[in-house]
Amino acid sequence: MSGARLRQLAEDWSPYAILPLLALLTLPLMSLSTWLTLTIAGIAMGMMLFLMAAGLTLIFGLMQVFTFAHGAFITLGAYLAVSILGALGTWSTAESWALNLAVLVVALVVALVASGAAGFVFERVIIRRVYGAPLRQILITVGGLIIAEQLMVAVWGASPLPLPKPPSFQGSIILGGAAIEKYRLIAVALGLAVYAGLALLLSRTRVGLLVRAGVENLEMVEALGYRIRRLFIGVFVAGSALAGVGGVMWALYQEQVTRVIGSEMTILIFIILIIGGLGSVGGCFTAAVLVGMVTNYVGFLAPKLALGSNILLMMAVLLWRPRGLFPVGPG
Amino acid sequence: MSGRRLGLWPISGDHPGGALLSLLMLAVLLGLALAPFLFPGTRSVAVAARICIFIVLAASYDVMLGYTGIASFAHTMFFGLGAYGVAIALAKLWVGWSAVLLGTVAGVALAVVLALLIGLLSLRVRAIFFSMTTLAVASVALILATELRDLTGGEDGLTFSVPPLLSPAFRLVDAPVLGVSFDGRIVTYYLVFALSLLLFLVMLRVVNSPFGRVLQAVRENEFRAEALGYRTVVYRSMAGAVSAAMAALAGAMMALVLRYNGPAATLSFDLMVDILLMVVVGGMGTLYGPALGAVVLVIAEYYLQPAMGGLAEAVAGWPLLPALFHPDRWLLWLGVLFVLIVYFFPAGIVGTLRAAELRRRR
Repeated sequence: MSGARLRQLAEDWSPYAILPLLALLTLPLMSLSTWLTLTIAGIAMGMMLFLMAAGLTLIFGLMQVFTFAHGAFITLGAYLAVSILGALGTWSTAESWALNLAVLVVALVVALVASGAAGFVFERVIIRRVYGAPLRQILITVGGLIIAEQLMVAVWGASPLPLPKPPSFQGSIILGGAAIEKYRLIAVALGLAVYAGLALLLSRTRVGLLVRAGVENLEMVEALGYRIRRLFIGVFVAGSALAGVGGVMWALYQEQVTRVIGSEMTILIFIILIIGGLGSVGGCFTAAVLVGMVTNYVGFLAPKLALGSNILLMMAVLLWRPRGLFPVGPG
Repeated sequence: MSGRRLGLWPISGDHPGGALLSLLMLAVLLGLALAPFLFPGTRSVAVAARICIFIVLAASYDVMLGYTGIASFAHTMFFGLGAYGVAIALAKLWVGWSAVLLGTVAGVALAVVLALLIGLLSLRVRAIFFSMTTLAVASVALILATELRDLTGGEDGLTFSVPPLLSPAFRLVDAPVLGVSFDGRIVTYYLVFALSLLLFLVMLRVVNSPFGRVLQAVRENEFRAEALGYRTVVYRSMAGAVSAAMAALAGAMMALVLRYNGPAATLSFDLMVDILLMVVVGGMGTLYGPALGAVVLVIAEYYLQPAMGGLAEAVAGWPLLPALFHPDRWLLWLGVLFVLIVYFFPAGIVGTLRAAELRRRR
C-alpha cells in the first residue's frame, strides 16, 4: 500500500464529521424542539433512503452495471405491503403492538423474498446480456422498468392505493418538548440493523471480502479464479431484496402507493450514490442520512430551495471530493 | 447509390440505402406532403402534424444518442422550452408573428445555453453520470413548469390564440380545393411540414459534415478521437447544443399546432420514453430510422391502441389476460418490443434493412 493511499485512509474520518457538523450548524436557526424533530425526521428518511439505495451502490461498484430499473423493486415492495396489510387486516388494524409489528415483519419478509426473486429474474433475463455495454444497459433497463411498472399496474390497478399505518405506529411520542413520530423510530432501528448487518457481512465474511475486493479491482479477483458473475448475481438479488424492504417502509411512511413510487426515488438514489461514492456501502449510508437531514432542514428553513437542495448538495460534495465522500475502486 | 446519382437526396449525399428503404422514405414524404388530401379530416391532419414534429424531435435525439453515443434524458426539457417560449409569448405578450418569433428565439437560445452548460459540466465524466444529471435536470424543469404558475399556468398549462393566418376560422381560399377547405389548420399543417422537412435536411447535412464524422469517431472510440486532437468534450457539447436547438424548434411547432402547452404535453417522462422508442425502433445513428420510428409509433398510438380494446374484450373470460390487453397497457407491449429490439435488432428497422441490402449486394 502506497503512502498516498495510507494518508487517504487516515483522512477518511472527515466525511463522517459532516453529519454532526450540519446538525450543530442548523441548531441556532431554530428552536431546540423543532431541531430535534427535524433531525430525527431527517435521520429516519435517510435510513429508508439507505435501504433503497444500498443494493444499487454495490451493483454499480462491482460490475459497473447501470440500471434504471431499481425503482421497480421499490414499487414491488410497496405494492406487496398493500396486499399483505390488506390480507392480514385483523392484524394490521388491531390496537396491539405485537400484532402490528408481526404484520410489518411478515410484509418485510414477503417483500424481501419476492423482490429478491424478481431481481434474480431481472438479472438473468435483462442484465446478463448487456454486460460491458453502458449505452445498451441504460436503454434496456429503461425498457425493463416500463415492463415491470406496467405489469404491476396490471395486477394492482392504475389508481393510487391508500396504505394506512397500523394503529400502534401512528402518532408521536414527546421527547424534550419535541414530537417524534413512532414510525420514524422504527425506520431508524431497521435502517441501523440493516447497516450493521451489511457492514458485518462485508467486513467479516469471505463473501464480503470477495465483494469488497471485486469493487476495488474486478479483473484481479477474476484472475485469482473466483467466479465474479455468480457473486454479482448474489449482489443483484440482495440489492433488489433490500430495495423491496425499503419500498415497504417508504410506502408505509407515505401511506399511499402509486406505480411511480419507486421510479420517483431514482434521481434521489442516484444523488446519494454519487455523494457517497459508487460502490461504498458506508458512503451510501452517510450520504443517505446527509440527504435526509438536508431535505428536512431546507424544507423547514427555506421551502423554496427544497427543490434544488439535493442537487446543490451533490455539486458541493463533488467540488470537495470529485469521486464522492468515500471513493472506492478504480477511477 | 442510385439516390445520389439521381440527385434525390439533396445537400447531404446521404441516402437511405437500398431500394426498399428509399421507397419507404419516399412514401413517408409523399404521404405527409399530401396528407390533408389523402386523409381528409381534422383528426388525420392532427396526426400528420404530430408525425412531422416527432420526426424532427426523434431525429434531433438521434444526433445525440445515435451519432454521438450519449444517452440524455433531458430531451423533453428542450422540447418543452421551445413550446413554452411560444406559449408564454402568445399568452402573456401579444398575438402576432413577432411574438411567435420572439418566443421561438428565446426558447431555442435558452435550450442551447442549457445544453452547453450541462455538456461542459458533466460530459467529462462517464456516460452514467451524464444520464443521471440529465434526468435530475429534466425533473427540475418539470417541477419548475408546474410550480411557476404565473408564468407557465402550472399543471393546467397555457391556452392561447395563434396569429389569424393559423387559426381554424381563417379561410385562405373560399371554395374548397380538391374537396378540402383551406382553413387555418391546413395552413398550420403545411407550415409545420415545410419546417420539419427543412430541419430534417439540415440535420442530415450536419451529421454528414466533417463535424458529424468527428461525432461518430467520438462514439466509436473516444480515446482515439481525443488522441487525434479533437476536444471530445467540445464536440459532444456542440452535438448536444444542435440537438437541443432542433428539439426546441420542434417544441415551438408543437405549441402552434396544439394552441396549448402544458407539462403533460411537452415535458412528461412518458414523452421521453416515446422518443427513445422511436429512435431505437427506427435505428440509432441513421436519422432516417428515427423518422420511420416516429411515423410507426405515432400511427400505432392513434390507431392500434384502440384495437387493443377489442382484443381485451375477446379474452374477457380469461384470468389476468384482459388486464394485460387493456388499451391502457399499451406501454407494456411497447416496452416488450423495445427490449426485444435492443436484444435482437440493435440496429433498428433501418440498420437491419441496410445490413440485408449489403448482404444482397455481396
